[in-house]
Amino acid sequence: MNKLQKLEILADAAKYDASCASSGTTRKDSSSGKGVGSTGGAGICHSYTPDGRCISLLKVLLTNVCLYDCHYCINRRSSNVRRARFTPEEVVDLTLSFYKRNYIEGLFLSSGIVRSADYTMELVIKVAKSLREEHHFRGYIHLKTIPEASPELIAEAGKYADRLSINVELPTQEGLQELAPEKNVHRTRDAMSTIHSKILETKATRKELKKANSRVKKPTYASGQSTQMIVGADQSNDSQFLNRAGDLYGNFKLRRVYYSAFSPIPEPSVILPLKSPPLIREHRLYQADWLMRFYKFDVNELTTEQAPNLDLDIDPKLAWALRNRSFFPLDINRAALEMLYRIPGLGVRNAQRIVALRRHHAVRLEDLIKLRVNLKKTLPFMICVNHNPAKHELDSEALRAKFAPPPEQLELDFTAQIIIPKTTSIAAQAEAKHGEF
Amino acid sequence: MRTVTIEPTFRAWRSKARSLLDQKMHPNDVIWSTQGDDSDELFGFSETTKQTPENKPEQKPQTSNRAKVPPFFIQLAQTVCCHRSQKQWSMLYHILWSVTYEQEREILFDQTNDTMRKLEQMRKSISRDIHKMRAFVRFREIQVETNDRENYVAWFEPEHLIVRVNTPFFRKRFAGMNWSILTPDECVHWDGTDISYTQGVDKSQAPDGDELEELWRGYYRSIFNPARVKIKMMQSEMPKKYWKNLPEAEIIEDLIQTSTDKVNGMMEEENRPLKPEPKNKYLDHLKQLNNSEDSK
Repeated sequence: MNKLQKLEILADAAKYDASCASSGTTRKDSSSGKGVGSTGGAGICHSYTPDGRCISLLKVLLTNVCLYDCHYCINRRSSNVRRARFTPEEVVDLTLSFYKRNYIEGLFLSSGIVRSADYTMELVIKVAKSLREEHHFRGYIHLKTIPEASPELIAEAGKYADRLSINVELPTQEGLQELAPEKNVHRTRDAMSTIHSKILETKATRKELKKANSRVKKPTYASGQSTQMIVGADQSNDSQFLNRAGDLYGNFKLRRVYYSAFSPIPEPSVILPLKSPPLIREHRLYQADWLMRFYKFDVNELTTEQAPNLDLDIDPKLAWALRNRSFFPLDINRAALEMLYRIPGLGVRNAQRIVALRRHHAVRLEDLIKLRVNLKKTLPFMICVNHNPAKHELDSEALRAKFAPPPEQLELDFTAQIIIPKTTSIAAQAEAKHGEF
Repeated sequence: MRTVTIEPTFRAWRSKARSLLDQKMHPNDVIWSTQGDDSDELFGFSETTKQTPENKPEQKPQTSNRAKVPPFFIQLAQTVCCHRSQKQWSMLYHILWSVTYEQEREILFDQTNDTMRKLEQMRKSISRDIHKMRAFVRFREIQVETNDRENYVAWFEPEHLIVRVNTPFFRKRFAGMNWSILTPDECVHWDGTDISYTQGVDKSQAPDGDELEELWRGYYRSIFNPARVKIKMMQSEMPKKYWKNLPEAEIIEDLIQTSTDKVNGMMEEENRPLKPEPKNKYLDHLKQLNNSEDSK
């Protein structure tokens, strides 16, 4: 098997991991002339594939041979997919060759579990160590971590990586038992906790050394961790997904939780028949996730007991506003910033701009037009100098209908291109920016 | 009406703008030009700031009526200087004029002021271009016998005049190799010690391939998920104008066209039965762990 064939198999095996971030790490570069690479500042997306996702990292598996039998996974041991294996040297060489041609920001390395968690983890670490120590690679490294690997190995992985991740895969243990019998949510949380304290510890030590102006070499450790959940494989509802996300953001300060719509794979399992990927649901989960992280929404505000799933027709902020009409209309010349965040169609940046603007003069509709605020969505929920929505409009049951798309748009062929209605502008823009929102 | 010619740099503009402000030249009476050095003579002026201001000590302000502007405006001005339209010089001077002589300092902070908004749009467009250049430059390795370092050359067509502002990024990232980035405006070269600039060239001067590109396209093909085609999203971040210089872009059409068949193929596949668990110590260990979790 030649290099190209191996690469095709091992990239194909890695593509269901949505993570693509290459930002938010410590600043380093190769201006000394030794090695190659730089990180720090915004991540760079070097290309985009027709699925709208960005290519920022060389995302491959070391091998797609795997002991586990996770039914949503193309690489599970029951699958007849072609198997391949890279040597650590081959991955190192490929990473450097791609990097020097400016195709990528770095490497995202994962692996099927071979022999044992520790054995696999050691191979993965070998690649990262070689890149960092032999080749002085200063680009981005993201390593997939195995929760059952020994804490010493997890600590070592973090020494070379900018980011570590462990996928929780499904929000509940019941889901895992059914679809990924080797995985366990408690062990995953334990490993995340280990990584989290290691990150904090390293940060504190670095800070102290800096404060003391010490010449002692500062310890390095990954600057963050992330995870992924597969949406639509098990029976979990959106409330369960968001609560798990809230748990991980809250307890272990994860940088990102990625949501990946379960999409058709070659070699489908008899336990998990294929269907079209629930892309809209995935999109709504990202929007809800955004609301938790940037708009100060509490996880319990996003869904209700009666409706534990997000509304597919309208975005979660609009859905919240329609459930809580008594908060509106808000006077944008008086309301606190946190309240402005609650107005449908108004993004974080524009809310902040309005607060800055109203110090100078009372905000009028013309100002909002210039700020390119999505007026159609915003107007029913806000008051400004020359606008006051009719009371009956806000109370009207027709308000939801105004924003929900006509029914035919909902019948999605899984191969059809998703056209996001203009009304979801903020979310859609953000999604466009990041490959996935 | 006066035409002033400057080098297209922030410092040249600032120096000229200061002297025009001191002379109380109204912005409507000034035409800013960066075209060649003959225009001044045509109009009978010889005010061109030809000397490189870097080598000249900054002139101390002579008058007290010179406006103070906040640092963000300086930064904005420095960035928009790269704008290809060359309309930025006059717009910047208009703002300075209003702040100095019309007591309109407020407009600096007014995101709804038309000129400020246009400048801000220019800044955005330039920042995006700078970012896209960092993303879409593709180096191709060339063989050079005169040195034993790795040598790479890229061809790029930026929207704005950003080669120089982007140089530090590439120098820091690729200091260990020799490289050149060729553009129609100007070219930048790094030899491990020094950065140098030469005149813009034609695309034909750039190498037309690299062995690694076959692997790169192979990766691009495999990392694409045919079950979630979102072409618009791809194009909003990677507009077609960039495609001609991206080696991977030549397979995009094919990937899109074959995606439906690929997914249908998967959907029609028969479900695979489970295989018996292999004998493996580690799996036994996991089972024990799972059992002990259950009993917790």
